[in-house]
Amino acid sequence: MSATPVLALRGVSKRFGAVQALTDVELEVHGGEVVALVGDNGAGKSTLVKTIAGVHPIDEGVIEWEGRSVSIDRPHDAQNLGIATVYQDLALCDNIDVVGNLYLGREIRKRGILNEVEMERRARELLDTLSIRIPSVRIPIASLSGGQRQTVAIARSMLGEPQLVILDEPTAALGVEQTAQVLDLVERLRERGHAVILISHNMADVKAVADKVAVLRLGRNNGVFDVKVTSQEEIISAITGATDNAVTRRAARTTEVQK
Amino acid sequence: MNTEKTSTPPVVNPEAAHDAVTAVDPRLLVREQGFAGYLTEFKRKLHSGDLGSIPVIIGLVIIAVVFQSLNSNFLSAQNLSNIAVTMVATGMMAVGIIFVLLLGEIDLSVGSVSGVAGAIAAVLSVTHGVNEWLAVIIAIVSGAVIGALHGFFFARIGAPAFAVTLAGLLFWLGFMLQLLGDQGTINLDGEGVIGKLTTYYFTDVAAAYGLAAVAVAAFFLSAFFDARRREAAGVPSRPLVDIVVRTVLLAVVAFAAAAMFNQYKGLPLALVLFLVVLVATDFVLRRTTYGRKIFALGGSVEASRRAGINVTAVRISVFSIAGTFAAIGGLFWASKIAAANQSAGAGDLLMNVIAAAVIGGTSLFGGRGRTWNALLGVMVIVSIQYGLALEGIATPIQYMITGGVLLATVVIDSLTRKTQKTAGRA
Repeated sequence: MSATPVLALRGVSKRFGAVQALTDVELEVHGGEVVALVGDNGAGKSTLVKTIAGVHPIDEGVIEWEGRSVSIDRPHDAQNLGIATVYQDLALCDNIDVVGNLYLGREIRKRGILNEVEMERRARELLDTLSIRIPSVRIPIASLSGGQRQTVAIARSMLGEPQLVILDEPTAALGVEQTAQVLDLVERLRERGHAVILISHNMADVKAVADKVAVLRLGRNNGVFDVKVTSQEEIISAITGATDNAVTRRAARTTEVQK
Repeated sequence: MNTEKTSTPPVVNPEAAHDAVTAVDPRLLVREQGFAGYLTEFKRKLHSGDLGSIPVIIGLVIIAVVFQSLNSNFLSAQNLSNIAVTMVATGMMAVGIIFVLLLGEIDLSVGSVSGVAGAIAAVLSVTHGVNEWLAVIIAIVSGAVIGALHGFFFARIGAPAFAVTLAGLLFWLGFMLQLLGDQGTINLDGEGVIGKLTTYYFTDVAAAYGLAAVAVAAFFLSAFFDARRREAAGVPSRPLVDIVVRTVLLAVVAFAAAAMFNQYKGLPLALVLFLVVLVATDFVLRRTTYGRKIFALGGSVEASRRAGINVTAVRISVFSIAGTFAAIGGLFWASKIAAANQSAGAGDLLMNVIAAAVIGGTSLFGGRGRTWNALLGVMVIVSIQYGLALEGIATPIQYMITGGVLLATVVIDSLTRKTQKTAGRA
């Protein structure tokens, strides 16, 4: 893990009219690290992700990319830096095959004509390196299961060789087996050195793949925990706000000491 | 709850995963299993409602058998040749509407726009003495502009395409009647550019055979080199046997058609132009980024937008294409009746155009179809019309039969979509 975080948020605030959505939020993500972003509904997870993805520019604070301060005002800025976001609704075209979807909007062309052969070859290569299992790269997305679609959507985000991948609830609405496939893929992203921000409601998933858990509550940081030494109860109490008791204070102290 | 990492056992059996990705393309199962593969593939397609052109071809055979048994002139060279020329007007318009249907939208104005194009060309060239080539170009450009206008109201303003083009249907009908003025009919010079569109035949026997030979050779070479390139890149490719079988089938059809045309007047210019348009539009749809964008919009507008596709621009351009082909169809129509008159673009023309596209296999739900569908669909529609006319069956009955065929097709389209959904293919 590198010393300089790939992405660091310092005191980020965001306000929508009268609503203070984010207040002084801090977040650090390193290469080869999976940071889970958890919080109750309305805690500001989605808003935070959208500020990073450039959908909502921040009002106050600093975004640091590899140690230098950057401004992300448009989705385009985020993409240029190397941030890829996979939203919950996958944004795939059901009627187009896997290769077509992977390369939608950035088709490989030769003399102005689609180079299907090259796209298919590279698609296979990419799916192979990510060990993604699908019956064929030439079947329409409609034929794939929910988990397979999710893996295709994630693979699509990998085409631009991003340094940071943001996954918004990738396992919501997936079955056990499919969830396992997606979590495996998240681990492979980490192995390849990508920084990953994973939004999830599912504590089991978070404990399975994440290295750190950042908890948001009412638009503020409510603790960053090391997954290995933190119990699920502690994380949940941080999410719900029932943090201020003797047990959690002691636990927080021990994590401090370990750091 | 056990939340250890091992509680989600890695599903990846590396070898299985590898097999799965490199597994043979489902379209190409044939290669692995020889002749039996064709059968399994056919059964799978039947099961998943993915039959492509087979139902239409069966329909054409039934039409041919029924009408031939009623009247032995139906399959005569003269009748078939006339069908081939007549169908081009409707077919050109169907090509345009297929672009719109691929978006999952509809254009109800193509009939009226075709009438306007015919009227503009006639008024300019006959009444005002403008050069006929120039008149033709202006008419086609007018179609493109009218279509773009519809597209603007749909894509930019956000009005439903159905409503915009319904308004267009009435507006452009009125516009055409206004253009034609009091006399209502402007006769065209049968020997002029427009007249020649449907009356010119390449009488040299070599023309028809030559075109057939060129088409077959082009098909074989493109399929062969595509397979070679795929093989070189290590991705599944069509086996040579498969390519040869397809080439032979195409050759049989092409040379039979050429022989048939040579028995009558020769190769019709109209058909050649239609085939050129089909090849060109099919290329645009399947081999260019622009075509890929159209399919993407038919699949998911949101996904297209996120992929950076300019949704508004593509939509406007597609309606403009529909308008352009409506105008081209209108010129062929004017050529066929050697006049621009008040009934152009009216009656069952719009229905026939949509029916041709849908019968050919283009889905009304968007995202599925090819421009070649226009050829098959329009052959069905015009064959029925000619067959009924040979039997002396009056227009009211023709309307009812064409309406019934359209309904049947839409039912098949909807059922196909249902089957495809249950088979996970739509």
